[in-house]
Amino acid sequence: MTKRLPKKDVVIIGLGWTGSIMAHELTDEGLDVVAIERGPWRDAPTDFPPTYMQDELRYRVRHELFLRPDQLTFSFRNKIGQTALPIRSWGAFMPPNGVGGGGVHWNAETWRFLPSDFVLKTHLTQRYGASFLPEDMTIQDWGVTYDELETHYDAFEYLCGTSGTAGNLKGQIQEGGNPFEGPRSRPYPTPAQKQPWGYQLFAKAARELGYKPFPQPSGNLSQAYTNTLGLQMGPCTYCGHCEWFGCANYSKASPQTTLLPALVRKSNFTARDNSEVVRINTDRSGKHATGVTFVDTSGEEWEQPADLVILSAYSLFNVQLLLHSGIGQPYDPEKNTGVIGRNFTHQTISSVNGFFDHTKYNFNPFVASGSIGMCVDEFNGDNFDHGPHGFVGGGYVGHVQTGARPIESTLVPPGTPKWGAAWKKAVKENYLSTVKPGTGVHGSFYAYRDVYLDLDPTYKDRFDRPLMRMTIDLHDNEVKQNKFLTDKFAEIIKAMGAKAVAPSYRTAPYDMTTYQTTHLNGGAIMGTDPTTSAVNKYLQHWDVSNLFVLGASAFPQNAGYNPTGTVAALAFWAASAIRNRYLKNTGPLIHV
Amino acid sequence: MYDRKTEDCRVLQSIDVEDQGMGQATSQGSALRRRELLTGTACLLLGMSRAGATQILDRLPWEPNAGAPPTAARPGPWQFFTGAEARAMEAVADRIIPPDPDTPGGKDSGCAVFIDRQLAGPYGKQDGLYVRPPFQPGAKNQGAQSKDGPAEQYRSWLGALDHAVSLKFGGKVFADLPDADKDDILKGLESGSLTLVGADGKAFMEQAVKDVQMGFFADPIYGGNRDMVAWKMIGYPGARYNYLDWVDRPNERFPLLPVSIAGRAEWTPRTR
Amino acid sequence: MLGASLTVLVVAGSGRSLANDPQEFSQIERGRYLAVASDCASCHTVPESKKPFAGGRPIETPFGNIVAPNITPDPETGIGVWTADAFDNALRKGRGRTGSHLYPAMPYNAYTKMSRRDVDDIFAYLKTVEPVRNKVESNTLPFPFNIRAAMGVWNALYFKEGEFKPNPEKSPEWNRGAFLVEGPGHCGACHTPKSFLGGDKTSQHLQGSQLQGWFAPNITNDPNGGLAKWSTDDLVVYLSSGHNRITAATGPMAEEVELSSSKMQEGDLHAIATYLQSVGGKAEAAKPIAATDPAMVAGDAIYRDQCSACHGLDGKGVPKLFPSLVDSGVSGPSDPTTAVRIILRGARSIGTKREPTAPGMPSYGTQLDDAQVAAVATYIRNAWGRSGPAVPPSTVKDVRADTAMRPD
Repeated sequence: MTKRLPKKDVVIIGLGWTGSIMAHELTDEGLDVVAIERGPWRDAPTDFPPTYMQDELRYRVRHELFLRPDQLTFSFRNKIGQTALPIRSWGAFMPPNGVGGGGVHWNAETWRFLPSDFVLKTHLTQRYGASFLPEDMTIQDWGVTYDELETHYDAFEYLCGTSGTAGNLKGQIQEGGNPFEGPRSRPYPTPAQKQPWGYQLFAKAARELGYKPFPQPSGNLSQAYTNTLGLQMGPCTYCGHCEWFGCANYSKASPQTTLLPALVRKSNFTARDNSEVVRINTDRSGKHATGVTFVDTSGEEWEQPADLVILSAYSLFNVQLLLHSGIGQPYDPEKNTGVIGRNFTHQTISSVNGFFDHTKYNFNPFVASGSIGMCVDEFNGDNFDHGPHGFVGGGYVGHVQTGARPIESTLVPPGTPKWGAAWKKAVKENYLSTVKPGTGVHGSFYAYRDVYLDLDPTYKDRFDRPLMRMTIDLHDNEVKQNKFLTDKFAEIIKAMGAKAVAPSYRTAPYDMTTYQTTHLNGGAIMGTDPTTSAVNKYLQHWDVSNLFVLGASAFPQNAGYNPTGTVAALAFWAASAIRNRYLKNTGPLIHV
Repeated sequence: MYDRKTEDCRVLQSIDVEDQGMGQATSQGSALRRRELLTGTACLLLGMSRAGATQILDRLPWEPNAGAPPTAARPGPWQFFTGAEARAMEAVADRIIPPDPDTPGGKDSGCAVFIDRQLAGPYGKQDGLYVRPPFQPGAKNQGAQSKDGPAEQYRSWLGALDHAVSLKFGGKVFADLPDADKDDILKGLESGSLTLVGADGKAFMEQAVKDVQMGFFADPIYGGNRDMVAWKMIGYPGARYNYLDWVDRPNERFPLLPVSIAGRAEWTPRTR
Repeated sequence: MLGASLTVLVVAGSGRSLANDPQEFSQIERGRYLAVASDCASCHTVPESKKPFAGGRPIETPFGNIVAPNITPDPETGIGVWTADAFDNALRKGRGRTGSHLYPAMPYNAYTKMSRRDVDDIFAYLKTVEPVRNKVESNTLPFPFNIRAAMGVWNALYFKEGEFKPNPEKSPEWNRGAFLVEGPGHCGACHTPKSFLGGDKTSQHLQGSQLQGWFAPNITNDPNGGLAKWSTDDLVVYLSSGHNRITAATGPMAEEVELSSSKMQEGDLHAIATYLQSVGGKAEAAKPIAATDPAMVAGDAIYRDQCSACHGLDGKGVPKLFPSLVDSGVSGPSDPTTAVRIILRGARSIGTKREPTAPGMPSYGTQLDDAQVAAVATYIRNAWGRSGPAVPPSTVKDVRADTAMRPD
């Protein structure tokens, strides 16, 4: 039997970055807020201390901090018509779990999208003509512009203390920064991180090739920082354990270091951990959310009524919960109708490893941080003329090696046997002198009619609900884009002085077993037209106006950057709309 | 409704019902629950919810002696392998990583022990993975769809390996062969030119190479990489947390020996 | 039952009517502030109970636990029917309502420095708080400490009754600080070493003392383990926020900051700082331990691998986040109980409005054995040009055992 809890003003589903930001904003507004989080409470000194956090096997290989597939997984296929099979063990992406969400174990690469990314369809159509785009590509404008988001990007960077070098201050291009970025209202709150030798060599080679390299914007801080809420962060010590790991010394921006200590002190905030929301409830009209139903670890089911529902889980879980709650019309690729599940995208990444003469080069590659590195942005978005190349989109390329944890980072030059004495000798010789940039080519992934999310007909979760089914493949446009970027990247690595260069291209079919970032997007996208988007430009659900759906599920397609900066800026943007407009006059913020 | 593993972990009934709502589990209360759970090793290895549901309000949860240190591989007898399987595995490990004058091979560095402990633990049993039927064959890029976990697979692989060797070499087992023959067998499996009866030899080689090398480079607390031999070999300084003084030293080798999660010899005072 | 609740209503009603009179209001406000400065809530409120001053919290003493009584205006279980004289007798003379001796866990030997007006104001304030019916059995000490009459002897030895007398040669600020430290603030209750009978060793006034499994540090101006390196501002920031460039409050001091000093006026904190900086210490420099000593060699390795990521290779930490081991009294040459306890069990400092971070230190008790903890504790008091006696492994063993059953 479901037990009913006293009503709250706001219920927040998922206490990661966006849930924490929204909780902070709405409690500041005086609302009584409860946040319900599926995973456990987590904090540095108790859950990822420096005593044992540097454990590649436990955290990287065995996925300690992530959701377990037996708790919830998805099914996957490349094409309509193929039988989707369950993802029994994670590979291509890693769904977060627990308080702090992905903010606990991200690399803290804190980018802004390009101004043109937000008006992508309009921009590309104007520049190249509609026929330049592949026929089945379903890219859209976001409905929100870079200029509208700028102040919210800024708010997030000053919350996090982001370390970086500005490239465009109020329209003035700055030496040493990214000249392609949108204008920012002020510099980064802290200077860029230090760059060890390998990254400096990359920057030098890139400059010699005519590019303008700049340090990657980093949420691993170059110096101690007191954030906008008075929270104190420490300097990064370059331990090389960011992605997959929690930061033990308060130097990586996360909800834990930037928001939660201030949030828990507020009398109008409560968090519930280890409680999984299984449904958003609506009234008989289906147009008004009445709250949520969740299940705790003992199996007990609870109803939490609330006036306002914030869905702020990981992108895929947002879409899945909407499908399971029957909110919004499910997308049908055959008829091209419906919205929930539409424009599902990922990231197109690849890398190039560089092997250097070990008698001359020692990079100490373990001295690193999750968002250390030097990047060039010449090939991102529409920063270059795509006309001659026959594809759209792009990404940054950069030497962004996040560490040299030995299970993953003992590489051998092409042609070396995979095992035996020759392998062992090659590992020994190459470990300190190899450049392994991880996601060195970080490209966009645009939307297509046949890449989408719906419910699986066969496989069920532990609550006996259908799994969500992912239908996803790489289209020619992305494969071409990746080939172009990877080759450009390889040229720079070669120019660094590598004796052997090993590019690995991203090709079809999309492979669920190899990691390709956790940047899954779309499925509940924002837009200006309720027939092709799930939420309006304020992330308010078109049909259920007291439901806001945050996160990368709102991206109409993915840009060539890491998404967290934009995800967080959108959360601040939605919070601002709720505080300044929705609460004064509840109901749809946009009428069409 | 919740899965069996949380029961194994003896998760306490987590939310006290009081009045019409849940009692306010104070942060101290939740701390105690959390601590209690930290003793459940099954949970630790699974890394799933280690605690029952709690409410957090007023202050950050805290309790002394908090943390979930890793469960170290226990020394002693084989925990998963039979004696014959262990012999075969050690022999395979020693060809994947042969000993040389500077660094021990896969056997002496403990790679087979590592695999044994992993197979005896949650990994071997596919704990935490999605194991609901139906099991259907799929494309390789859809990921493993086997009902069997790694433990069952190793059992069948190693048995089939010795069986194949026995047929080919007159009753000998893999471990008895000269190194050159061992390498030929493994290369045959790798290329697919040699097949096993009732087991996928190619899949075995792929997994064995991965697991042996993983054991070699993982923290020594898991049974392999004995005395951090692999880390010393490549120059990886181990489970450190501070290179702030080494960021600005281009091409200069980091001077300190590696450290394990269990420490290093230098941590213990040596009486004169 | 009916009678009791009626009485409650009357008392509560009279309390509220008092507050309507402006003069009475300022008396209550003054009393409230003094109750904060006296940190009454720390003992008389069970944390998290949401029942201020209702008593019931066990206070650990070397002689056993004493349970703090209910001081809400409940007539039966609190101080509802007490007279102002009885209250004054308790606060300033250590006598219960019936004339029996109080235990000096109630710091009447400090509160005696307050004036009758101060005490009357606190009384007036306590009359306005929510009455809570909560019967507390206070006397839980084992024989022979349960014989209250014995306190007569104790008082003769250790209790000097008498109001604070300003020193005309000192500034008004110094005098205000002295009053707050020695009177309502009762700093000596924790920071002054105690005799075997639990009385203050007055010759070592505020030079640090062990209690409840912690070492309350030397807060004199002593260059060795005291506050000599602290500026007045350092002290003010610490008392108001629980953190400063040097250290972070944990354990009982975190509670004091949270409930008392963070709620005090900055001028008063400044006065406290001014006074404390005038109190001399014993200034005994320990002989430094050589860097080649085995404990120092091991401690150096452990420090580099395990501690430096937060506290820095230079030991200076990060202001307001990670204590500076170079400057903190906890890592100084005096009693290592707190340092060892924190290394073993970890610690969480407090979050305050001014500094909400509440940083935590992880527990090393599983990872490091007694000799290793002792080595690193020895190292942090002798590194960076400092000196302090070696911490023997037996001390670590003792702290481990002593803290094993402690819940906090």
